[in-house]
Amino acid sequence: MTFELFVFYVFAAILVFAATMVITRKNPVHSALFLVLAFFTSAAIWLLAEAEFLAIVLVLVYVGAVMVLFLFVVMMLDIDIATMRAGFVKNLPLAILIAIAMVIEIFLVIGSGSFSLDQFAAPLPLPADYNNTASLGNILYTEYMYPFEVAAVILLVAIIAAIGLTMRKRPESKYQDPSKQVRVKKGEDRITVLKMDAED
Amino acid sequence: MDLLMSLWEWLGENLVVVQILIKIVIIVAPLMLCVAYFTYAERKIIGYMQVRIGPNRVGPKGWLQPIADAVKLMFKEIIIPSGANKTLFLIAPVLTLGPALAAWAVFPFGDGLVLSNINAGLLYLIALTSVGVYGVIISGWASNSKYAFLGAMRSAAQIVSYEIAMGFALVGVLVAAGSLNLGEIVRAQEGEGGLFNWFWLPLFPLFLIYFVSGVAETNRAPFDVAEGESEIVAGFHVEYSGMPFAVFFLGEYANMILISALTSLLFLGGWLSPFNGWPLLGPMFDWVPGIVWLFIKTAFVGFFFLWLRATFPRYRYDQIMRLGWKVFIPITIVWIMVVGLAVVFEMPWWFD
Amino acid sequence: MQFEMPSLIPVLPELFLLTMTCVILVVDLFLKEEQRVISYGLVQISLLLSVCIVYLTSGAEAEVIFYGSVIRDPMGDVLKVAIYLISAGAFLYSKDYLLDRNLFKGEFYVLGLFAVLGMTVMVSANSFLTVYLGLELLALSLYALVAFDRDSKAGSEAAMKYFVLGALASGMLLYGISMIYGATGSIEFPQVAKAVAETGMDNMVLVFGLVFVVIGLAFKFGAVPLHMWVPDVYHGAPTAVTLFIGSTPKIAAFALAMRLLVDGLEPLHADWQGMLVILAVLSMALGNVIAIAQTNIKRMLAYSTISHVGFILLGILAGTSKGYTAAMFYSIVYAIMALGGFGIVLLLSRRGFEAENLDDYKGLHDRSPWFAAMMLLLMFSMAGVPPTVGFFAKMFVLEAVVSIDMTWLALVGVFFSIIGVYYYLRIVKLMYFDKPTDDTPLTAGLDTRIALSVNGLMMLALGMFPAAILSICAAAVGSV
Repeated sequence: MTFELFVFYVFAAILVFAATMVITRKNPVHSALFLVLAFFTSAAIWLLAEAEFLAIVLVLVYVGAVMVLFLFVVMMLDIDIATMRAGFVKNLPLAILIAIAMVIEIFLVIGSGSFSLDQFAAPLPLPADYNNTASLGNILYTEYMYPFEVAAVILLVAIIAAIGLTMRKRPESKYQDPSKQVRVKKGEDRITVLKMDAED
Repeated sequence: MDLLMSLWEWLGENLVVVQILIKIVIIVAPLMLCVAYFTYAERKIIGYMQVRIGPNRVGPKGWLQPIADAVKLMFKEIIIPSGANKTLFLIAPVLTLGPALAAWAVFPFGDGLVLSNINAGLLYLIALTSVGVYGVIISGWASNSKYAFLGAMRSAAQIVSYEIAMGFALVGVLVAAGSLNLGEIVRAQEGEGGLFNWFWLPLFPLFLIYFVSGVAETNRAPFDVAEGESEIVAGFHVEYSGMPFAVFFLGEYANMILISALTSLLFLGGWLSPFNGWPLLGPMFDWVPGIVWLFIKTAFVGFFFLWLRATFPRYRYDQIMRLGWKVFIPITIVWIMVVGLAVVFEMPWWFD
Repeated sequence: MQFEMPSLIPVLPELFLLTMTCVILVVDLFLKEEQRVISYGLVQISLLLSVCIVYLTSGAEAEVIFYGSVIRDPMGDVLKVAIYLISAGAFLYSKDYLLDRNLFKGEFYVLGLFAVLGMTVMVSANSFLTVYLGLELLALSLYALVAFDRDSKAGSEAAMKYFVLGALASGMLLYGISMIYGATGSIEFPQVAKAVAETGMDNMVLVFGLVFVVIGLAFKFGAVPLHMWVPDVYHGAPTAVTLFIGSTPKIAAFALAMRLLVDGLEPLHADWQGMLVILAVLSMALGNVIAIAQTNIKRMLAYSTISHVGFILLGILAGTSKGYTAAMFYSIVYAIMALGGFGIVLLLSRRGFEAENLDDYKGLHDRSPWFAAMMLLLMFSMAGVPPTVGFFAKMFVLEAVVSIDMTWLALVGVFFSIIGVYYYLRIVKLMYFDKPTDDTPLTAGLDTRIALSVNGLMMLALGMFPAAILSICAAAVGSV
């Protein structure tokens, strides 16, 4: 066993373990943290496959941003685990059945020999000065420009939808207008001097 | 000396892991020392700014104060609050310190003087700095304390917000340098104009935004709402004591040094001499090694961290959010466009 | 690497619509509440201009651009024009409804236009990647539109169901696509078709991939057994959104099926034919039978959609150009019928009142004989009563099925449409033979009245001259 293969199996084992924990832990925060671990190890496996850009972006986007917000929400919500688990036992047989079917299917697909090494030769190791990021960028902005732009539009829709669905102006909440605050003049805006007749 | 060199080469051929470990020690040990004396510098500098003297009892002029602090923290009891999640509670400080140290792996201290010279160095840095937030979130949640939890929530939202501005500022650097490799980025700033060739001039708005976002990312004043001792006691690490607290402390200062060093690397020419190519001063300072320039620049930027803390009152939370989302992000996006145009049209002086 | 900038003329309609959508998005920010109608006007203008652009830039030959990502062919052009026009109609009908419910916002139209854009991207896709992205663009916009009325619990619930199930279906589709990619080594339809023709059906991976693709497709169509979302979404969404979801996305689903199954996996026809037969029979049976039990017209129309989807699938599974033509004709006609049907529902609704129950249609003839007649035409057409266009749509499909020697399937189709006639005619009975329960006069703008009249009369006119659209469809399909 080469060193790389050893590293692969170590990461793969951690990944499978973390993924199992994600779905079996009772506490949603633990699940989310195991998901973070799963992302991290899959990034490591991608690194082994010489896809360093994807690996780092996975850490950057999923671990660094998405999961942080996810944890944020999970921690804030007071999730009642008992009610969430209520249907668990009832649905378990069906779930196991489906899971077994899926596993058999995956084995049939992968084990069918369609993806074996005689069908596809193992890729040659890339030279040291090969730049994964640059080649991805090259292909993304030329050959795949149209899908890339459509994907950008999808993100725009996501922004519009999120803002459209959540933003509501409540009349009772008070806002400040910083630009107004900055433009305040020393004299007339801050104090008003009232002239009053003296009372007896 | 020859014996040492041949031993080193032998290690490189046969036991690469050991060689790498030695390199890591060579980087981390001085770094820890820097962290220790950075805390001392902070107390002294802020002391003088506030017309006090600062620590001056342990050792001559108080020089041994950081050592004394370290010893004290090491011998203090580690208190784990009841109802806390023990594993996560203890892992959290490590998660703060870990990324702060790991980031140095791709940091070039001089031309070619780097532990791991990878192509996607800049991306690696962004990824690692974004992971650092987990320490804060986990500590806040695992402490089973309202104050800690509030601090964690504040910190999570703040760091995620400022990460975007920070990332965009780095995109500007990437566009200007045309590479993600940190060494290449420094080399792109080399030129006849010395310090006027560095990226701080053409990328000035990004330079400021990167630094300010860095302050926010490290939860330092005036963006220290995650700690906010006058509001939520000490925020996420209110329940920590002894060594776990010390690790948090180390992590915070290591992060500050990292941000300062990165600022000097990306915008202030890294190991380059500021007088490079100048008629008289250039040759005069030729003998100074690059790492010294890097150290001076890092110290200079680090000083700003302390200066900010001594000078500014704490931002209010909604103002922090407004600054991040409505001011910084639009400015960075506009400036990326400007830089892009400048690069495309090969604007003289920097990009020709 | 040398990069050649592709000609942008073939994608000009999409580019134009995207630009206009962004313009509307920004313009809308600066409009006051009472000026909102300006964005509405801009939406209609851009849709109509898009139709013109499609017309002006169309060519007889199929043209592949963007390194095989996009194809511009006559079939795409016809479907795009239909999508633009029917969407314009949907926006027109929904205007008053939205105004009455404080939902008349720029976002509604922006999201609607993005959905239209997604559909057109799908229509002219030439690779699995483009098809998938177009589908997601459409789906994401629709999820948001279903939840558009934030204060409605039913709407949020429907959006949630739609979103979760839709994401699952997208996952299935992607899984299938990845398997097909694994088996063929390409995501572009022509290459995939070539590779599939070479390897044939022995390839296990390919067949699994096909199964997953068909599952994803069936979900987007709303075909049984993946129809669960349809009634809930139709029922829960604001009626204006139901109208939109009920009409044009069916055309897009047809395009999706054509691109995936015919362009990409034509050599596997024997495999997917069997799957589609099951889907079609189940859809027609379940849709028509369960629709009878509904008392809510939106749910009833949802089940009717399911049964119509069965018919569209019948046309596709025939696998001949006659079948494709029939299916295309059916999907366009169905979109127009659904537009009219939900248009009447919108017409009867008013501020604070949703004309959702069948009882609300009692005595419509006494309240407004003209629109009762329009509804009559629409219902006749949906039921497939001659001489309305619905009859011809069904007839063409059945003809195509018979011509491939699957007469039994045609008989099943006829049997279930006869069952279906019952619930369409029940509405007619309610409108003409029952006493009205409320006498509020219909309040609708002139534009809605005219459009609805045109829409209703179209059922009759197209029924008289079905060749008008059919010949266009035949020409479009013939070129594929």
